[in-house]
Amino acid sequence: MLRRRLNRLLGGDERRVDSRTIYVGHRSSSTTEAFIPPKFCDNRIVSSKYTVWNFLPKNLFEQFRRIANFYFLIIFLVQVIVDTPTSPVTSGLPLFFVITVTAIKQGYEDWLRHKADNEVNKYPVTVLEQGRKIRKESEKIKVGDVVEVEEDETFPCDLILLQSSRDDDTCFVTTASLDGESNHKTHYTVPDTEKDLESLNATIECEQPQPDLYKFVGRMHIYKNEQEPAVRSLGPENLLLKGATLKNTQKICGVAVYTGMETKMALNYQGKSQKRSAVEKSINAFLLVYLCILVSKALVCTTLKYVWQSKPGQDEPWYNEKTQREKDTNLYLKMFTDFLSFMVLFNFIIPVSMYVTVEMQKFLGSFFITWDKDFFDPEIKEGALVNTSDLNEELGQVEYVFTDKTGTLTQNNMEFIECCIDGFQYKYRDANSELDGFCVTDGPVNKVQEKAGREREELFLRALCLCHTVQVKESTKQSQGDGLIDQVDGFGVDGEVPRPPQEQRGFIASSPDEVALVKGAMRYGFTFLGLESKTMKILTRNNDVEMYELLHVLNFDPVRRRMSVIVRSKSGDTLLFCKGADSSIFPRVRQEEVERIRMNVERNATEGYRTLCVAYKYLSAEEYAQADAGLREARLALQDREEQLITIYNQVETGMSLIGATAVEDRLQEEAAETMEALQGAGIKVWVLTGDKMETAKSTCYACRLFQRNTELLELTVRTLDDGGRRREERLHELLLEYHKKAVQDAPPVKAGVTRTWSSATQDYGFIIDGATLSMVLNSSSESNSSRYKNLFLQICQNCASVLCCRMAPLQKAQIVKMVKNSKGSPITLSIGDGANDVSMILEAHVGIGIKGKEGRQAVRNSDYAIPKLKHLKKLLLAHGHLYYVRIAHLVQYFFYKNLCFILPQFLYQFFCGYSQQPLYDAAYLTMYNICFTSMPILAYSLLEQHICMEVLLDNSTLYREIAKNAMLRWGPFLYWTLLGVFHGLLFFFGVRYLFSNPALQDNGQVFGNWSYGTIVFTVLVFTVTLKLALDTRHWTWINHFVIWGSLAFYMFFSFFWGGIIWPFLKQQRLYFVFANMLSSVSAWLVIILLILLSLLPEILLVVFRKPRGPHARQIAAVTPLSYKHLKERE
Amino acid sequence: MMASSYNAKEEDGHNSGASNNGGAGVVKSKKPDNTAFKQQRLPAWQPILTAGTVLPAFFVIGLIFIPIGIGLFVSSNNIKEFEIDYTGVDINNPCYNCAKNFSWNSTTPCVCSVPFTLEQPFESNVFMYYGLSNFYQNHRRYVKSRDDSQLNGDQSALKNPSKECEPYRTSEGQPIAPCGAIANSLFNDTLELYHIDSNGTRNTIPLVKKGIAWWTDKHVKFRNPGGNNNLTVAFQGTSKPVNWRKPVYELDPSDPENNGFINEDFIVWMRTAALPTFRKLYRIIQKKSSTTPTLPSGKYLLEITYNYPVLSFDGRKRMILSTISWMGGKNPFLGIAYITVGSICFFLGVVLLIIHHKYDTRNNSPDIPN
Repeated sequence: MLRRRLNRLLGGDERRVDSRTIYVGHRSSSTTEAFIPPKFCDNRIVSSKYTVWNFLPKNLFEQFRRIANFYFLIIFLVQVIVDTPTSPVTSGLPLFFVITVTAIKQGYEDWLRHKADNEVNKYPVTVLEQGRKIRKESEKIKVGDVVEVEEDETFPCDLILLQSSRDDDTCFVTTASLDGESNHKTHYTVPDTEKDLESLNATIECEQPQPDLYKFVGRMHIYKNEQEPAVRSLGPENLLLKGATLKNTQKICGVAVYTGMETKMALNYQGKSQKRSAVEKSINAFLLVYLCILVSKALVCTTLKYVWQSKPGQDEPWYNEKTQREKDTNLYLKMFTDFLSFMVLFNFIIPVSMYVTVEMQKFLGSFFITWDKDFFDPEIKEGALVNTSDLNEELGQVEYVFTDKTGTLTQNNMEFIECCIDGFQYKYRDANSELDGFCVTDGPVNKVQEKAGREREELFLRALCLCHTVQVKESTKQSQGDGLIDQVDGFGVDGEVPRPPQEQRGFIASSPDEVALVKGAMRYGFTFLGLESKTMKILTRNNDVEMYELLHVLNFDPVRRRMSVIVRSKSGDTLLFCKGADSSIFPRVRQEEVERIRMNVERNATEGYRTLCVAYKYLSAEEYAQADAGLREARLALQDREEQLITIYNQVETGMSLIGATAVEDRLQEEAAETMEALQGAGIKVWVLTGDKMETAKSTCYACRLFQRNTELLELTVRTLDDGGRRREERLHELLLEYHKKAVQDAPPVKAGVTRTWSSATQDYGFIIDGATLSMVLNSSSESNSSRYKNLFLQICQNCASVLCCRMAPLQKAQIVKMVKNSKGSPITLSIGDGANDVSMILEAHVGIGIKGKEGRQAVRNSDYAIPKLKHLKKLLLAHGHLYYVRIAHLVQYFFYKNLCFILPQFLYQFFCGYSQQPLYDAAYLTMYNICFTSMPILAYSLLEQHICMEVLLDNSTLYREIAKNAMLRWGPFLYWTLLGVFHGLLFFFGVRYLFSNPALQDNGQVFGNWSYGTIVFTVLVFTVTLKLALDTRHWTWINHFVIWGSLAFYMFFSFFWGGIIWPFLKQQRLYFVFANMLSSVSAWLVIILLILLSLLPEILLVVFRKPRGPHARQIAAVTPLSYKHLKERE
Repeated sequence: MMASSYNAKEEDGHNSGASNNGGAGVVKSKKPDNTAFKQQRLPAWQPILTAGTVLPAFFVIGLIFIPIGIGLFVSSNNIKEFEIDYTGVDINNPCYNCAKNFSWNSTTPCVCSVPFTLEQPFESNVFMYYGLSNFYQNHRRYVKSRDDSQLNGDQSALKNPSKECEPYRTSEGQPIAPCGAIANSLFNDTLELYHIDSNGTRNTIPLVKKGIAWWTDKHVKFRNPGGNNNLTVAFQGTSKPVNWRKPVYELDPSDPENNGFINEDFIVWMRTAALPTFRKLYRIIQKKSSTTPTLPSGKYLLEITYNYPVLSFDGRKRMILSTISWMGGKNPFLGIAYITVGSICFFLGVVLLIIHHKYDTRNNSPDIPN
């Protein structure tokens, strides 16, 4: 940000000029003009925040911007300036510690960013200079350099395409990492440039960098020996964007126009907004409460001090005179400094160390995710990745999961499963493919003839081979990736079946289904060889090459939901092949054929396959002539071209005969259904957001058991809107109200706690909406409707078990997430996806999860957590998330509690020392309490606690509901902990107070002073607080033992040590032998034991009493490891 | 802000390359270690507090605490304590005049005698305390007004006391030794105890002034500058605290081991009290023989050299005679607390037993699911 602003400032006058001029290859346009190379920024990408030099000031500045750190800084400064009861060290040391630890962490993270930056910046690129190819580091590219890029390389900066190795002066590019569109886009070289780049003398004039990816305006002046320069206009089709990848083209040359931070991609990058977890919000709320307590304590003390002092003789008795300076100070100023002093005295109530402990807990805790071997995927040989450790606990709070379909729920790996010809079922058997056992298969391919007639069968296969828009990938170079499938849709190398190398071919298509079908036909022996000048070549089973002249393609569109081709065979027959969804094909074929196939299609559909029906018809010469004329005419039409075309299409596609149907599987991810079921069991609502077709998405939802057989589907799509034949708006209104009535008003009022099982008698609803309708809902014509629709829509959705949103643009996905995120109760959302098109929703949701899928690493990089497979989500949420939440919630509550009972005695002591801000504890204790004596046990607890063991958490997904809605950090529990802290504080102070009514506590009659008093209270405090944690610990590993008993032992040791020596650097030897003397007194021992026991008594009782009572008795009983064992034994 | 922006552009096309080049070596290291710690499977003890486990503990606690409590209570009750207020607020008090006519500048000490009667004999060693009320020794300004290095015999601190001692740091241009408000306000009443015979004669009761301060204080924390000999020389160039009648090296001229900074009365005073009402050990009356009580019942006379004014801040002065048990002085609080807590525990034990019993029977029937 800063850098960009700086750039803007520095580049001020450059910017005023609306365009920049680039000298291609740094050759000046004309020899006469003086050549002043314009200055542009270099091609370095800087994502790191700091450099070695500015790290310290910048980091400190950023850290003190945090309200808590700033508060502690202020306290520290007050201590330095004002005469306060505790030395600045007591708060300065912890603050220093916190700042240092955070700085180290941030420094480390920035170092990683530097490393990643360097990786990009030092990436070698080839630059043409004076006809030579020079390898350079990417960061050294300057504007005007001619850069050469080879196939599958990423463009290092924004380039104007000058030359391509392809004959047609084009190149193919995917911009998957920019906008998520993974199809190949064609870009063109600047027309009529010289082939010889060396002699090219040209300048480019183009606009200043701007973030819009699809806009580019420029001109190119080409100078040829003293002639008038030729001018070519440049558009976005000439611009190759940094981040896009060159495909299908051996190499290209281009001239750099925008570099580094001025590339469109860099400009497009919106800074990842800092995600804050709900826990952090709770902490801040609690902090506010404690701040109020603190201020009121200080106010009470200040007021009482002046009331007390007004009594004669109290303020300044003869034995305790004020210094001259004190006497001279203005009364109000003194009151103010007194107030500040009290603030300082009680400031420990807001634990400085909590932040550092929380931070450490998060940082260290996230390693457990990385380390978890259950997240290791042997296929990609990687485990989980944690990008942010700030959100660990949020994983335990998820209420909505937004998942992408393709690549997340499914593997995005279309496979031809079976087909049916004339009602006979064919299933391809392959040793490698795993087939479900429940399908009745009728035998391998060679028995095909025995089923349907050979003629019909070949016709069907020809139809598959011809009726598509697939292109054969040109390059026949050996694909070294054995079975490696590119991320581009539909480009696959069939590596499963061993074939002669020349037949190893890739297909490119807009839809992966088509590729799957063509490949399916290939398996049965019919190979599509390619389209050459309107002629489609296919290789038949008998190794004959058949040629078909492609006459027309009747394109696919989502409304017709079918596509056709009209071809002419060698023999002169004109044929129309049509394939499409059953619903659109069946009405157009002879009805007697339908029944035979319908059964198969329906069976396939319920199994979650994508089904297509194939039909054909012979066109007589007249028919064809008519259709041909109609099509040509329609294509030339200027008005209503679409409608006219569709009319013609519909005319042609009638009276066909049905040949068969196909079933293509987009395989579900492993354990997708189980995962979804577990999530739903955990009370999480799963929304599927996909760009895919509704039918496909729906079948996937069924397959994932998101929709069950008894789920009533509420559809709000373009189709249902068009049903009534009325205006869409009206229909939308009507449907929304109807669904709302159904799902919200008529639904029995369920309480959050009661809905234990989803598959109960109550009706489940599933909601389906598509992109077009969604935008109607969100952007309704009238303002008032808009918000109303939005509300209705949200309410319906929230009452549905699952929601399916199909045909979503990436931005719409984010919109939906945002809408839910900001809805009532601000539920915690989680987005999971694998592709670049999911990035927007991953960034938008509270927690973004990337799947290390096939579609590049974009999602992973922008995610907060990345996992190899969808199935890992279950453990991530149910086990890790749950545990993290419980840990951190306990950590936070415990921290506030322990500091409250730490400071309360000190507050109470003011009533006995004339409100003089006399600290009860020694400075060393004040400082060390949070850093050393009580920090380690809670840290160990918050890293290792498993109040319920992982297996149980995974098996009983309902346990997740128990911590839903921030259950452990709501005001109820907070009040409980606060009261506990108050109770303990009161007990500690007054217990010792009554003991000290006679300070002769030693058996030799000697008396104890105020430091002994404080030490006894402090000892009770440290022990109680630590033992309280021990009571809460359900999972005692050796580390817990070591840390808990270790810190108690350390306290003892430290106290002896601290009191055992006259410390030369101390002004006062307050604690000299105080601790040892305390231990020599039996009464002190007795009171310590008594108070510890008494403080813990209610806690023990509560634990014991809570067990048998309460509504959750059973569950808790079933959950505790012991009884869990019992359960296991029973089973 | 710009964090990981470049990530977007990371070579997508290099995926295949990366996985090929990555090689087995890199890949292997990525597999998480299968250690118990990393997999969060450390063997763990998982205690569960149930009525069954807590129940015995309650009984045990009850059974231990009640006897201790009774023991404490009894021994506290057995401690003999006698307390007498000699402030002189009341006009009938023998010290009324001394209190009334107190003046910092008076040269002649005001002496008053308070007669009292001990109803019961005091066996074993008797400890004599003076008690002050409404005296804020724990006031912050007071507590910090001392210089421990000076008291430890540090020469430079002797000549240049800490700033904390203000306004009792210097007097008449010379550093005060010992400096500070605590030292300045040293309790300087002299108490003497006489036993009045049946025939009216006053027998002085010997008061031991050793062993009243903490051993470590006397021997380590407090030291005279330049050893215990020739204190007059050692303290040359320093001034006495303003409210003192004599300099520090004349606190106990009779005994060099009890003079100067290591005077035990001084050390006791320097240990600031925790609460505004406190007592401090003054003298010990040692037991003479096993047959006669240390202080037999009868009439006594307390003779006070009244030097210490407390009326100005509404304070009180007391003299306390007390015997001591293993738990220290008389304090019924601990005993009562122990008996109460023990009884509560025992009671809870009984309640828990009943609940546990009931719950158990319920539990054996259909309560466990499945």
